Amino acid sequence: MDFTRRETLAMGAGAALLTVLPFRANAAVDDLINQFTGGAAVAEGGVDLTAPEIAENGNTVPISVDAAGASAIMVLAAGNPTPPVATFNFGPLAASQSASTRIRLAGTQDVIAIAKLADGSFARASKTVKVTIGGCGG
Amino acid sequence: MASGVKPRVKVPKKAAAGEAITIKSLISHKMESGQRKDKSGNPIPRSIINRFVVDFNGENVIDVTLEPAISTNPYFEFEATVPAEGEFTFTWYDDDGSVYDTAKKVKIG
Repeated sequence: MDFTRRETLAMGAGAALLTVLPFRANAAVDDLINQFTGGAAVAEGGVDLTAPEIAENGNTVPISVDAAGASAIMVLAAGNPTPPVATFNFGPLAASQSASTRIRLAGTQDVIAIAKLADGSFARASKTVKVTIGGCGG
Repeated sequence: MASGVKPRVKVPKKAAAGEAITIKSLISHKMESGQRKDKSGNPIPRSIINRFVVDFNGENVIDVTLEPAISTNPYFEFEATVPAEGEFTFTWYDDDGSVYDTAKKVKIG
């Protein structure tokens, strides 16, 4: 099977586009993280993210976040059409810096939690959730 | 205003001074994400609750920013310290400008 020069170029361009597209989705998540942290370094650990390994229904996935001494925790769903999920800001009367809620996931993806700790540093945790039926009306 | 919005909150009636209590809150709201399409293929506009704030005697407990990825009937569970007798106020802010609120009193004992 022979390829002409034109066909080869077209295939190369297509392949390049395919590799660029996932990077775009990740860039949106990175931008959101940078916005939250102000560009500061994010360490692994120091924040607990609890999410089921397999969610049967992506419309209500129970998650909880916990980071001792954190002033704020941001939750992102990297594979959703709109990655931000929620930001929890804890006030002086919060007994523990933890909260639970239910979220929508469009499909199998990573859920990311970024916590702003008391000393001004940032911590991150992520968890992969397998979704059998996606949310977001897909 | 979205129809049929009803806030529900579970707070213990009594607590010891300084005790940490668990609060559960639920508000019935369709949380239309803006991603879905109706039968004729037109996108359904976004209509969600975008902020949830809990205060105790005017002091903040938790302030949550909600995005379209929060499920229908937003549910939150968290812990709060009760330093003295007083009242928890719960406020939800809708995209359309409506504000839903409810309050629960807590006694020391």
